[in-house]
Amino acid sequence: MKHVIIGNSAAAIGAVEGIREIEKASEIVLISDEKHFTYSRPLISYYLEGKTDRAHMHYRDYDFYETNKCIPMLGVTATKIDVKKKRVLTVDNSFVAYDKLLVATGSKAFVPRIEGLDSVNEKYTFMNLDDAESLLNALRPTSRVLILGAGLIGMKCAEGLYEHVSSVTIVDLAERILSSILDAESAQIISERITSKLNILLKTSVTRFVGNTAYLTNGASIEFDVLVVAVGVRPNTAIFEDCGGKIAKGIIVNSKQETNIKDIYAAGDVCESYDMTISQNRILALLPNAYMQGHTAGKNMAGCETEMIATLPMNAMGLFGTHIVTAGAYTEQKFIDRKNGYKSLFVDGDKLKGYIIIDGIEKAGIYTALIRESVALSKEDFELIRVSPTLAAFSDAYRKGVLSGSKNK
Amino acid sequence: MKRVYVNEQWCLGCRLCEYYCAFANSNESDIVKALKDKKIHSNIRVETKGNINFAVSCRHCEEPLCVKGCITGALQKKDGLIVVDKDRCIHCYTCIVCCPYGAVSPSADGVIQKCELCAKISGNQPACVKGCINQAIVYEER
Ligand SMILES: Cc1cc2nc3c(=O)[nH]c(=O)nc-3n(C[C@H](O)[C@H](O)[C@H](O)COP(=O)(O)OP(=O)(O)OC[C@H]3O[C@@H](n4cnc5c(N)ncnc54)[C@H](O)[C@@H]3O)c2cc1C
Repeated sequence: MKHVIIGNSAAAIGAVEGIREIEKASEIVLISDEKHFTYSRPLISYYLEGKTDRAHMHYRDYDFYETNKCIPMLGVTATKIDVKKKRVLTVDNSFVAYDKLLVATGSKAFVPRIEGLDSVNEKYTFMNLDDAESLLNALRPTSRVLILGAGLIGMKCAEGLYEHVSSVTIVDLAERILSSILDAESAQIISERITSKLNILLKTSVTRFVGNTAYLTNGASIEFDVLVVAVGVRPNTAIFEDCGGKIAKGIIVNSKQETNIKDIYAAGDVCESYDMTISQNRILALLPNAYMQGHTAGKNMAGCETEMIATLPMNAMGLFGTHIVTAGAYTEQKFIDRKNGYKSLFVDGDKLKGYIIIDGIEKAGIYTALIRESVALSKEDFELIRVSPTLAAFSDAYRKGVLSGSKNK
Repeated sequence: MKRVYVNEQWCLGCRLCEYYCAFANSNESDIVKALKDKKIHSNIRVETKGNINFAVSCRHCEEPLCVKGCITGALQKKDGLIVVDKDRCIHCYTCIVCCPYGAVSPSADGVIQKCELCAKISGNQPACVKGCINQAIVYEER
């Protein structure tokens, strides 16, 4: 059996580990256009900041490829999938044959069309290690940085470069920062905590650039030295689409991570996930999800029928010293607790659907499990759980179930 | 693999396990130096509900969600044991969001801490098991 994986990040590594749980000897080839040993992508902002260095960014131990008997083809772009001949063509016009193929090509930065953007010399996206290196090279202590996008990547980038530059301005069309994970009140709390550090302009966008001046929708203009575009990400679906693969917003997969093409699987940021908290397919460009999809794909590629566990968005981030954890969907009915930072639990009928927690993040995973396992709240002591996530609040049956073994549901 | 289990009916809720755990992981040779006047950060935590007490520590899951979710690769499974490479943890706490037991937590310096079954510490039994006066905490294969 020969497995070929396009990608070398979370989903790809998950697949290798999934395959190796089942098959010890099969061939695995990893093709990645990035030349680096597998590294943790989210660490690039910590790298900018100086909180980590190149020696600590490896996502797996350095002997990973040898231990798992994979052949990494690094710095090689896959250009085409030949479905009939079952092989992947690469940029140097050679090909790699496969029995099973995984598309784990992740996502790329979305760069909107803005008049004059081409005239900006120092402009960067913030998606990978090379982006971080280029950005670092461009920064000076005197730099005025303009970041488009107050989402997760824009905010982490701002944190990463804040200490190294003269000023950081963030512009976003949305009404609040981190709009994909925070609601109005929680976003306000975070905004207040960071307002002295960053100049954040919401409900605002850039209408045009003229050299190093950005003209804004509110009539003002901003002079800057370095521009970072972080308005969003899009799945890297092109190579799969070109060979007849079915895509919607991302690659469409079933619960075994199979695509519509036989022997081709997809996992990670490049494909859609079924979000159980909204009962819909959507893109969940998050690392835990990428790893778990990859791992599920790998096991299936190795012939062990496995379904992806119930999926929900979940995020944890530190931002200028504040810890924020979030999960699931934000329904109308909520229980808010402002005693220790901020906590909002979102409920729908008898089920917990989501949460936003600032500061008091300990044991939040107990809430995540309540959502994932659709636990009927009326059967547990929700009054107690609301105050703090504790296993003590659960019925004897639930508690003994989770504590008596080592298997998660 | 042997794991730590708690027999609820024997647990007195005395929290000695928390002290033994914190001491064993403190790098100190003197228990007073290690624990006196300090906020205890133990890897095992006693929970209480009415007259029921039980201690919770890492289950060393076969399919560990914390390891799968770890965004840096700091959490790893090595020979069944779930361990953390403290130099690679950047305090994002994705693992806390993932763990259904609440068994990983921030340490005093922010880096994640969790039960590693005292594997790096000498002895053939985890400190919480050795120290449990009622043998409510056991270390066994199930
Ligand atoms: C700055 C930043 C911070 C983040 N922070 C967090 C966080 O805190 N928490 C979280 O959950 N998620 C975070 N994410 C998102 C997380 O990094 C992604 O969800 C995760 O990396 C997705 O993994 P993947 O394997 O699907 O794809 P990717 O990591 O995107 O990897 C895909 C790989 O495939 C390669 N590739 C693509 N096309 C080809 C081709 N044709 N030929 C060869 N190779 C190809 C790409 O170059 C890339 O190396 C962050 C992302 C960024 C950029």
